[in-house]
Amino acid sequence: MPILETRALNKWFGGLHVTGGVDFALETGEMHCLIGPNGAGKSTFFRLILGEHLPTSGQILYNSHDITLTKSYERIRHGISVKFQVPGIFKALNVAQNIQIALQHHVAPAELDHEIDLLLNFLNLKPVARQLAGNLSHGQKQWLEIGMAVGLKPKLLLLDEPTAGMTPDETFATGEMLQALNREGVTVLAVEHDMAFVRQIAHRVTVLHLGKIFAQGTIDEIVANEQVAAIYLGEAHAQ
Amino acid sequence: MALLSRITSILTLLEGPQTLGRGRRFWAGFALVVAAASAYPLFADGYDVGNNVYFFNWIFMALGLCLIWGYGGSLSFGQTAFFGIAGYAYGVLTINLGDAYGLTLLALVAAVLISAVCAAILGYFLFFGRISGVFLGIVTLSVTLVMERFISQTAGPEWHIGTARLNGFNGMGAMPSLTIPWPGGPIVLFPDVALYYATLVLLILVYLGLRVLVNSRFGNVIVAIRENPQRAEMLGYDVRKYQLGTFIIGSSLAGLSGVLYTSWGNYITPASMGMTAASLPIVWVAVGGRSDLTTTLFGTLLVLIGFQALTIYGSQYALVVMGALLVLTVLVAPRGIVASAVSLASKRWTRKKAQSGEVS
Repeated sequence: MPILETRALNKWFGGLHVTGGVDFALETGEMHCLIGPNGAGKSTFFRLILGEHLPTSGQILYNSHDITLTKSYERIRHGISVKFQVPGIFKALNVAQNIQIALQHHVAPAELDHEIDLLLNFLNLKPVARQLAGNLSHGQKQWLEIGMAVGLKPKLLLLDEPTAGMTPDETFATGEMLQALNREGVTVLAVEHDMAFVRQIAHRVTVLHLGKIFAQGTIDEIVANEQVAAIYLGEAHAQ
Repeated sequence: MALLSRITSILTLLEGPQTLGRGRRFWAGFALVVAAASAYPLFADGYDVGNNVYFFNWIFMALGLCLIWGYGGSLSFGQTAFFGIAGYAYGVLTINLGDAYGLTLLALVAAVLISAVCAAILGYFLFFGRISGVFLGIVTLSVTLVMERFISQTAGPEWHIGTARLNGFNGMGAMPSLTIPWPGGPIVLFPDVALYYATLVLLILVYLGLRVLVNSRFGNVIVAIRENPQRAEMLGYDVRKYQLGTFIIGSSLAGLSGVLYTSWGNYITPASMGMTAASLPIVWVAVGGRSDLTTTLFGTLLVLIGFQALTIYGSQYALVVMGALLVLTVLVAPRGIVASAVSLASKRWTRKKAQSGEVS
C-alpha cells in the first residue's frame, strides 16, 4: 500500500507550469530518490507534499487520507518529517535546545533529557551539545537537522539534498544512517544529485523533467536509460 | 507530593538558556537588588518614593515588548494602544463603580482582560493573516495612532460611558486610585510608600513569571519561531498560535502598565497613545537589550531615569537624546547597550580568572 500518493498534481506559478499532472506513488517502507536536472520541479514537488504550496489542481494522499488542503504542521504531526537543502536550524540556540524543540511535543518531560542524550550520541554531536548551532561546521549542521527531522519519529522522511556539501565519508555515513532508519520502518523520499549516494540507498528512482515524471525504475534501469542521460546534457530539451 | 514536585520543576525554569544570570552569584545579586529596592523608602521622602513608582509603572510594558519583540521576533508598535485601552477602561470602570468593596482591584483585572481581548482580536488578524516583519510594525503603529485620534475627538459631552466622560484631548481624570479593602479601613494606594511596595511586589512577580515562561517549552518554541519560523512549523508547531499567545501576554502587560499609570496619576490622556509615546518603548527595550528580560528591565529603568532628568531642560531635547540613543544602539551595540556591557564584563572576568589561574 502506498504511504504517499499524488494524483494528477498540478502547480502553476502565473504562466509557469511547474508541476504537470504528476501521478506518483511511494510504497510504505521504500527508499526512493527523486532526481532531475535543475528546474525540473523537484523542490516544488516537495513543497506541495509539505503543504508549503497548495496545488492548483490534483490530490495528495497520505496513508489513503486526502491531505491536499491540510496545514503543514498537521502533516508533520501525522508523521511526515523533512530536512531542507539549506540547513534549517535555530542558529542562536544551542545544539541540545535544537534537539529539545524537535522532541518536546511527543516525549514526556521526565524522559526528555535522556532522549536528547541518546539522539546527540547517535549524531556524534554530544561534545558540542552546549555550543550555539550557528557555530557548527557545515556537516554538523546537516547532521543536526537530520537529527531534528528524525527526532520526530516520522513514518515518512523527506530529504532535500541531504548530503549537499558533505565529504564522501560523511555522505556514506549518512546513507548508512538512513538505511538503519529504513530498517526500523521509516519510508524515505530524497531529492539527490550524488549518484553514488542514490546507488547506495535507493530501491527505486524517479526522474522529474519539466515538472513531469520522465522515467521511473531501479538505479540500473535509470542509468541505462539513454534519454535520461540526454536530459541531463540538455539534448532532450532541444528535441 | 505531586504538587511539590510540580512547583520544584517550575522553579528550575527560573534559570535556563533563554535568560541571563544563573547560579548562586546571580541570585545573591538579585536578593541584594530587591533588598536595596525594599530599603529605599526607609531613607527617602514619602513624596519622592511615590513619584518614583512612575518608573516601575512603565517596566511592565517594556517587559511585554521584550517578550513579543526580543524573544518572539515580532516588532510591535502597539504597546501604547493596549496601555491606553486598559488605562481608559480602568477609568471608565472605577468612575462608574466607585472604590468600595475592592472594586478598583476588580477594575484592574477587568481592564487588563479588556486589553488582552483587544490584543487577541488584532493579533488574530495579524498572525493568522501571516503579516510579519516591517508590516507588523506598520499595522500596529497605525492601530495605535487611530486609537489616539479617536480618543482625541471625544471632547464633547455626548462622549461618555455611564458617568465617565472621555474628555477628548484634555484627558480623563478623577478616577479613584487602587484601593485594597481592609478590616481596619481600606488602604488607598496613593503615590506613596504603600503603592511603591505593591508595585515592587507586582514587578518582581511578573519578572520571575516571565523568566519561567521564556525558559519553558512555550518559551523554547517562541524563540525557535524567531530564529526560523519555517523550521518551527516543520517540527509540527502551529506558528500562528504561538505568535498570537506571545502577543496577547506581552500586550496585556502593556495593559497592566496602563492601569497602574492611570491609578497612580488619576489621569490619562490620548497623548499616551501618540506617535512619541508609541516609539519610546522601542527605545527602552532596544537600548537595554531586547533579547533578555533582565537587560530590558535595567535598560528601561536607566533610560527612564535619564529621560526624566533631561526633561528638566526641556522635553523636546530629551526626545532628541532618546533618538540619538536609539541610533547609537543600532550602530554600536545592536544587541543593546546593557546586554553588550554585561557580555563584555563577563568576558573580562573569565579572562582575568584564567590569567590568575595561570599565575597561581
